[in-house]
Amino acid sequence: MQKTELGHISGSGSASRETKKLRTRSSFISAVRKNRYLYLLALPGILYFLIFKYLPMWGIVISFQNYSPYAGVFNSNWVGFDHFRRFFSNPDFWLLFRNTMAINLLNLTLFFPLPIILSLLLNELRGVLYKRVLQSVFYLPHFLSWVIIFSLTFLMFSQGEGIINKMLVFFGQDPYPFLTDPNIFWFMLTGQSIWKEAGWGTILFLAAIAGIDQQQYEAAKMDGAGRLRQMWHVTLPSIRTVIVILLILRLGDMMDVGFEQVFLMYNGAVSHVAEVFDTYVYRVGIQQGQFSYSTAVGLFKSVVGLVLVLGANYLAKRAGEEGIY
Amino acid sequence: MKLSLGERVFQTANILVLGLIGLITIFPIYYVVIVSFTDPAEYLSKDLVLFPTNWSLDSYRYLLSTSAFPQALGVSAFLAVVGTACSLIVTSSLAYALSRKRMQGRRPIMLMILFTILFTPGIIPNYILVRELGLLNSLWAVILVSLSTGWFVILMRGFFQSIPESLDEAAAIDGCNDITAFFRIVLPLSMPAIAAFGLFFAVGYWNQYFNAMLYLNSPDKWPIQVLLQNMLVDASGSSMVSETFNQPPPSETLKMAAVVIAILPIVMVYPFLQKHFAKGAMVGSIKG
Repeated sequence: MQKTELGHISGSGSASRETKKLRTRSSFISAVRKNRYLYLLALPGILYFLIFKYLPMWGIVISFQNYSPYAGVFNSNWVGFDHFRRFFSNPDFWLLFRNTMAINLLNLTLFFPLPIILSLLLNELRGVLYKRVLQSVFYLPHFLSWVIIFSLTFLMFSQGEGIINKMLVFFGQDPYPFLTDPNIFWFMLTGQSIWKEAGWGTILFLAAIAGIDQQQYEAAKMDGAGRLRQMWHVTLPSIRTVIVILLILRLGDMMDVGFEQVFLMYNGAVSHVAEVFDTYVYRVGIQQGQFSYSTAVGLFKSVVGLVLVLGANYLAKRAGEEGIY
Repeated sequence: MKLSLGERVFQTANILVLGLIGLITIFPIYYVVIVSFTDPAEYLSKDLVLFPTNWSLDSYRYLLSTSAFPQALGVSAFLAVVGTACSLIVTSSLAYALSRKRMQGRRPIMLMILFTILFTPGIIPNYILVRELGLLNSLWAVILVSLSTGWFVILMRGFFQSIPESLDEAAAIDGCNDITAFFRIVLPLSMPAIAAFGLFFAVGYWNQYFNAMLYLNSPDKWPIQVLLQNMLVDASGSSMVSETFNQPPPSETLKMAAVVIAILPIVMVYPFLQKHFAKGAMVGSIKG
């Protein structure tokens, strides 16, 4: 087969390219044959990713249809961008967008600096044992599920049972509806995130701090810098690159709000400040059965998210280079 | 070394501030344990219980005497054990193959896997897929949708890259093919790392809430997290939980005993998790 084809095109300008192509293809096939057990080993995983990660991507087409579960994907009517138009002209869209941005911006301003401050303070601790115990305590909440976090929040803040309200009553104050006041809902979410993840967030900064050359501290000491000035002039600048990169990557996640967190904290009293893209997709799609419309909403979120992440990664790479030089 | 007065003040303040933050972190966990061991009658009668005068195991005894709670524990244990085993086998074999330089075409496969991290089609297409596969209300749906992620493939591949390919050649000379070499030589050699990855998978399965809620309809298939959530919001006593518990809404001490039991396995594996923080932190860092 290969020989006859070669015979036909020999002498023409593209001959060498063609042979090269054929050769690489045949060498690829022989490489596969030679390592067939290696490919066999990878096969279940590849099939898994194709079926459970890529097949759903094909399901996105229903956002351009009036999908009906009985007709299936092949027999449903095509409606073009109708669902997207409906979504963008819906007041819900601005509500979701506002809530998502507000929760993320609060996170960025109140949550983001905390792991940095916490790791700087931890780094200043002299007692090794004390430091290790504290770190163990700080990291633990990261491994608890959101259902547990919600349970603990309930136990702390609920109007009837929460210990904080019990203390308020104990001191003669009125109990405060922490969980149902829409004015503080976003702050409650941010507080939860801080309690769960701020300690865990120190790991990367502590690793960066551990990598700082000790000679820099020696030099600073020679110049008469105390510990505070060393922290300001040596430690902080040394982890600046990590801070900038994490900040940029965080910006890439602006469309995402922890679904389980918001979903669990959601209640009727705070619905207008609690609804974000994912919870909306769940409520409209799964609970009301509007599959096509909610898929369109989900697709919009995913596409914007993809653009943001790619942009953020591009910026982070550039920042990384500039940070080093 | 002599410290200046200002520095000593700073050191003391630092110790106190960090200690306070530590207390804030640990207090809710302390308090949930206390409430769960408080005598239900004492908890109801007193305004504030920070330390019980009557310790009681009633809540735990009652929880374990129901049919729903031990069943949910069993479901979660099943997810954690079977799910972790499946995740480890599928992810490690794929990651190992992708770590070998002689595997041609691994770049496009890697790109394909990377893309699944950047772009997700959303809740509904996943739900439709699970339904079309006839997996609704099956525990396998929960395992299959979270069997593997791009992050784990990348991390495991990074680990396997540290195993030299000359080992495979030696194995081949001894008559192993790639599959037998992987299971008989490479995996046993990598046991510490595999155990670490397994722990992270297991914690993920144990904490699984949303997928279980989405795909499992019948309460007898609920894992612990879903049952717990239903117990917590069940103030009216009208829902399925009360029916399965066959009594008025679960009391506060009962709920908190359930929370403590759900936390317990995590606390038990925590020291082992802590050993492998570096890898876990890597997952977190790439995720941002």
